[in-house]
Amino acid sequence: MSDLNLKKGTSAKSAYNLRPNFSDIVERHTLAVMVENEPGVLARVIGLFAGRGYNIESLTVAEVDHEGKLSRITIVTTGTPQVIEQIKAQLGRIVTVHDVHDLTVEGPSVERELAMFKVAGDGDKRVEALRLADIFRANVVDSTLKNFVFEITGAPEKIDAFADLMRPLGLVEVARTGVAALSRGI
Amino acid sequence: MTRQMTGAEMVVQALIDQGVDTVFGYPGGAVLPIYDAIFQQNHIKHVLVRHEQGAVHAAEGYARSTGKPGVCLVTSGPGATNAVTGLTDALLDSIPIIVLTGQVPTFMIGSDAFQEADTVGITRPCTKHNWLVKETNALASVLHEAFHVATSGRPGPVLVDIPKDVQFASGNYNAPQPSTSHYQPTVKGDITSITELVEAMEKAERPLFYTGGGVINSGPAASQLLRELVAATNFPITSTLMGLGAYPASGDNWLGMLGMHGLYEANMAMHGCDLMINIGARFDDRITGVISEFSPNSTKAHIDIDPSSINKVIRVDIPIVGDVGHVLEDLMKVWKSRGRKTNSAAVANWWSQIKEWQAIECLKFTQQGKVIKPQYALSRLEALTKNHDRYITTEVGQHQMWAAQYLGFEDPNRWMTSGGLGTMGYGFPASIGVQMGHPESLVINVAGEASWLMNMQELGTAMQYNLPVKQFILNNERLGMVRQWQELLHGERYSSSWSESLPDFVKLAEAFGAKGILCSDPDDLDEAIMEMLNHDGPVLFDCLVEKHENCFPMIPSGKAHNEMLLGDADTQGAIDAKGSVLV
Ligand SMILES: Cc1cc2nc3c(=O)[nH]c(=O)nc-3n(C[C@H](O)[C@H](O)[C@H](O)COP(=O)(O)OP(=O)(O)OC[C@H]3O[C@@H](n4cnc5c(N)ncnc54)[C@H](O)[C@@H]3O)c2cc1C
Ligand SMILES: Cc1ncc(C[n+]2csc(CCOP(=O)(O)OP(=O)(O)O)c2C)c(N)n1
Repeated sequence: MSDLNLKKGTSAKSAYNLRPNFSDIVERHTLAVMVENEPGVLARVIGLFAGRGYNIESLTVAEVDHEGKLSRITIVTTGTPQVIEQIKAQLGRIVTVHDVHDLTVEGPSVERELAMFKVAGDGDKRVEALRLADIFRANVVDSTLKNFVFEITGAPEKIDAFADLMRPLGLVEVARTGVAALSRGI
Repeated sequence: MTRQMTGAEMVVQALIDQGVDTVFGYPGGAVLPIYDAIFQQNHIKHVLVRHEQGAVHAAEGYARSTGKPGVCLVTSGPGATNAVTGLTDALLDSIPIIVLTGQVPTFMIGSDAFQEADTVGITRPCTKHNWLVKETNALASVLHEAFHVATSGRPGPVLVDIPKDVQFASGNYNAPQPSTSHYQPTVKGDITSITELVEAMEKAERPLFYTGGGVINSGPAASQLLRELVAATNFPITSTLMGLGAYPASGDNWLGMLGMHGLYEANMAMHGCDLMINIGARFDDRITGVISEFSPNSTKAHIDIDPSSINKVIRVDIPIVGDVGHVLEDLMKVWKSRGRKTNSAAVANWWSQIKEWQAIECLKFTQQGKVIKPQYALSRLEALTKNHDRYITTEVGQHQMWAAQYLGFEDPNRWMTSGGLGTMGYGFPASIGVQMGHPESLVINVAGEASWLMNMQELGTAMQYNLPVKQFILNNERLGMVRQWQELLHGERYSSSWSESLPDFVKLAEAFGAKGILCSDPDDLDEAIMEMLNHDGPVLFDCLVEKHENCFPMIPSGKAHNEMLLGDADTQGAIDAKGSVLV
């Protein structure tokens, strides 16, 4: 049979032209998913990530519109651009999902997380913990003679940094809410 | 208009209002009120299956062959869990079905009550959507929404779980209204992208239509438009297993099915085309083979109603999100308005290349000696039934692939097969569902003996409702497809792929009061098939065939389209270690 003398096909414009070639580099994206506040909706979203093997770095959910019965789920995920596209498309397929926003590509956004740290210690360590908390604008929300509970709000990196500093000073327990995020401007 | 009635009555009323005429089901404690309501009316016919899996496959067969959604009714706990395989099957093949399950009363949920199962939890990943209805007043709107979701956009299975107290209680019933829910998928394609595709079509030298189940899902009008488009452009067309019949097998531009067991010319054309126009197909791994070598030199356009199908497996250049029918209509308009151009000289060259590939005659076989070749059995079945008003279902395995290769489908909705999940045991109950939808037509299930045994209890259903379904069993006494892979991949070590102690199928048929026919001699085959066709009732046709026949062509796992195996001589060392980990 004859050999085909094939030319390389031309790749015209496409809706996904933003990324003419999907790279293999893993990116971190923050997604805001507006969902109908029905029983099971969170299970649908989490089940999708588990079932299809996507990563969840952080996930927060709460009702944001009582009248309209809408909740906002903020998910921080990682994946190659093709996987991120697929995650958004798969989220969009869920019947009770109203909107999926990729805050990472839709322009500037702000991310905040709230965390609480229990730090136990005495003497210099106790003083140092208080001093660093002040620098990080963490509030003391509870204190006993042996420990403090700090509350801190900020971008996840700031909270990580604070955790690193508290560890040698007697960090006992951490509770973090996960990321809430909003796009900037309107 | 709002009316007062019980939840159970609402179920029946909603089904009637949604135009349902047939329900496939199996009763139990948690659905007794609904069965009571069904007993007291004459609009809806209930078909008592013999296993809930059968009910769901029957509903799938009914849905695929009529274009209407299929409906099932099963009880809580084991009734619901038995439906899971069927739901998953319908999800992967995009079949619209509505499964209603009974549930323990709301006040007992969570207490490990008798026959309690977390049905919505279990079925969440295998339905398009599901609901647990906790109030009778919410029931009517959920039921109507269930039909809307199952049938709009990319169709699929939905499930409504109804606790028994909700069935007994009274509440307000509202007739269906056009859905106002948030779920309203886009059907119109973006006209800029459509125009871009038209431009590519005008220039293409080696264009190819690659069509799939989405054309069938879109409805008969979409198939009609596809035929017009193919005729007007003279482009070649191939289809997936799920799309057979959208373009007629007798059509001039038909290359046959593509994929792992697709035709040589279809796969070579996929590999060599410079413009691939995917219409309602999802780049399944049975189609693409090894992704890095998939159609390396083509511009790819993809028309699909589900954005998640686009760029999932294969990156495409021209994505068009929309319904096939709507998009093709616009595509035709744009193409015509720009002067109906194609690069006809180049396309003619392309055709001469394709003709060379076709000349290989990859499906050729010779029937010799006293043992029936499965390909021969299907060729005779085709010759003797193609002029009938005919519907074909299949089980899963080699016979399924041979049916796709050797039977010709002239119209959509005539071919029902389990493609995505590959569910052995699908075909027999599906044939029952098809026959319910088309009482006067010839319905044949092309089966392997192993698959057929998986839902053989449904012979009782066929008998009870007088459904003259023909079970055409290609009996190789082997799990043939498994055996073939063991031969090619596992050093001919046939581990558990041989069915010992098969039943005498003729006696088995007779035990249910059906007709059994045994045929083992090629010379008797035509007469035996005629006997099957002439019998007015269910027939079990036990066709003893060559035991070690392999299904070719075959693209071995981990290989590209142009590395197809055409026959046994090609198989030595064909699959390497990398390929053998793939399924
Ligand atoms: C043993 C075995 C062997 C197999 N070998 C082969 C083989 O050789 N060749 C082969 O082709 N298949 C084969 N299959 C089947 C295969 O596994 C897939 O099921 C099949 O290829 C998928 O077909 P499809 O791409 O048409 O998609 P479908 O599953 O039919 O999906 C339809 C696509 O169309 C979209 N769609 C739905 N409705 C619409 C609409 N209205 N408008 C626009 N888009 C719509 C959907 O979103 C989806 O993307 C085999 C199966 C088995 C069990
Ligand atoms: C429920 C289920 N179990 C297992 C399989 C794996 N499987 C695929 S084909 C096949 C053999 C089918 O044998 P048969 O029905 O006799 O058909 P043949 O291949 O011999 O034509 C098996 C076991 C499957 N597809 N479905």
